[in-house]
Amino acid sequence: MFLLLPFDSLIVSLLGISLTVLFTLLLVFIIAPAIFGVSFGIRKLYMKTLLKIFAWATLRMERGAKEKNHQLYKPYTNGIIAKDPTSLEEEIKEIRRSGSSKALDDTREFELSDIFYFCRKGMETIMDDEVTKRFSAEELESWNLLSRTNYNFQYISLRLTVLWGLGVLIRYCFLLPLRIALAFTGISLLVVGTTVVGYLPNGRFKEFLSKHVHLMCYRICVRALTAIITYHDRKNRPRNGGICVANHTSPIDVIILASDGYYAMVGQVHGGLMGVIQRAMVKACPHVWFERSEVKDRHLVAKRLTEHVQDKSKLPILIFPEGTCINNTSVMMFKKGSFEIGATVYPVAIKYDPQFGDAFWNSSKYGMVTYLLRMMTSWAIVCSVWYLPPMTREAEEDAVQFANRVKSAIARQGGLVDLLWDGGLKREKVKDTFKEEQQKLYSKMIVGNHEDRSRS
Amino acid sequence: MGSRSSHAARIPDVDSIQRETGFSQASLLRLYHRFRALDRNKKGYLSRVDLQEIGALAVNPLGDRIIDSFFPDGSLQLDFPGFVRVLAHFRPVDVEDHGNRDPQEPEPLNSRMNKLRFAFQLYDLDRDGKISRHEMLQVLRLMVGVQVTEEQLESIADRTVQEADEDGDGAVSFLEFTKSLEKMNIEQKMSIRILK
Repeated sequence: MFLLLPFDSLIVSLLGISLTVLFTLLLVFIIAPAIFGVSFGIRKLYMKTLLKIFAWATLRMERGAKEKNHQLYKPYTNGIIAKDPTSLEEEIKEIRRSGSSKALDDTREFELSDIFYFCRKGMETIMDDEVTKRFSAEELESWNLLSRTNYNFQYISLRLTVLWGLGVLIRYCFLLPLRIALAFTGISLLVVGTTVVGYLPNGRFKEFLSKHVHLMCYRICVRALTAIITYHDRKNRPRNGGICVANHTSPIDVIILASDGYYAMVGQVHGGLMGVIQRAMVKACPHVWFERSEVKDRHLVAKRLTEHVQDKSKLPILIFPEGTCINNTSVMMFKKGSFEIGATVYPVAIKYDPQFGDAFWNSSKYGMVTYLLRMMTSWAIVCSVWYLPPMTREAEEDAVQFANRVKSAIARQGGLVDLLWDGGLKREKVKDTFKEEQQKLYSKMIVGNHEDRSRS
Repeated sequence: MGSRSSHAARIPDVDSIQRETGFSQASLLRLYHRFRALDRNKKGYLSRVDLQEIGALAVNPLGDRIIDSFFPDGSLQLDFPGFVRVLAHFRPVDVEDHGNRDPQEPEPLNSRMNKLRFAFQLYDLDRDGKISRHEMLQVLRLMVGVQVTEEQLESIADRTVQEADEDGDGAVSFLEFTKSLEKMNIEQKMSIRILK
């Protein structure tokens, strides 16, 4: 134990020096740019290097698979079965036509073969339906050196394993502590900053400071996740008195949007750390936080939102109308609440590149803390944000049609599949109205003809 | 490493399933992933509820009947072999099969007869080998919901049974069923192709 003493002080001083160096580097290269909103381009370089490594890794795996004479598993995001996009009427007519030798215009009311259509459609949905696959992480075509996305692990050679091991070392021992330090800095600055600003008297100066404190802290958080974001069409950014609407993939969406614009947020009051952050933020800026009991009351929510947007000087509200996290391959039904208020809607499309780290939060699989840890041990979060031109509800449209129009615009821009299903379907049963529509279509076919017959 | 495997060896009894259903290893792998995705609570088998939660199936007028075909004889758990066995009926017909099939071996699950038999049992609830007028009415009612009156539906059912019924017993047997559909391209209409 005595022998350790002289080394002890050496180790301590070495530790001290390295920590100081680390913090200076941190400050200069990461925090200072975050405060002023500039970038050195380090992250983009990092991204390019990683892409090259991933391509190499996938090639080696394919080679390994070929040696063993196996097929490499290729995931298909668009579905595993070949589908014909024909309507109910067309298909049933075709089925009947192929079965009978009678003339085309002598369409009978009901055929025993009609059942085939419903039977096959039903089986197709059992093999592959549009909704179930949207709630699990998107599968990648090439491997990104993360064990969580690997489906072909028996084809990994020694070289790849070493590379993977190196990746683990870098991610967990270098990037993770760095990111946690940054996140800690960002969050504490946010809490302290907004509380301090909150003590100032209301006015232009307070607004100015509040905006910059928020922006600065969100930018630090963006770097804490190594998020590489490309913003498109920034001229369409949401303005005061409007509502900003975006597709939802994870809680990180908020950080991504809020680091490029000053929004009023809407949400439920949480406990714990989130609650502390929320209470601090609302001192500096009029965010709209609801108590748990108030959330159930749709009218109350609508009333408070309407009051907010009617004041044209108030900040744009940030809302995610899907109501739940989807895996970023599709956009699901938008809840009509935010579209009934009558304000200008600024749609925003967010598309993540899952190659560097999948941002989708599968809330049934991972809790918030596990999710954040997974985010911080990925390579990076890469995404594109498109600001779409503002939309307003037209005279003949109702809220639902308006919501669907906005949803289609977002889906088209982000390259996502536009689905009519409700994201809440993963938790609730579907409504009977959809089934009635199918029944109506079919009834028209068999009874409609009957009526024609009786007339002639 | 990784929660999923690309190797079909992970599937239990993969060889016997392959022989029985005729699916390729690649298709079986995809279906296995699908089975696991539907099994939300990771029980290892599927229950009726798991299938009912598929939105697009719940809006299919024959949704319940289709789910019933997966749970024959009142069973409550659907394991992977059972799942694939039903889906095998919808495998596209192999053109090479017709020539070299060993007559001793049982008919492949996706043969024309077996596809017809599958469709027949969607009608024939009580499994007595005949579609009675009552059973015909029940299926019709499922497909049209409340859109058609009882009288109209009854006349349609009567007409259909009359036309298909040859021996005059007021019900459609399996042979009469196949006869009335003999010209139909069943192979194509009751087939689902899995992408390689």
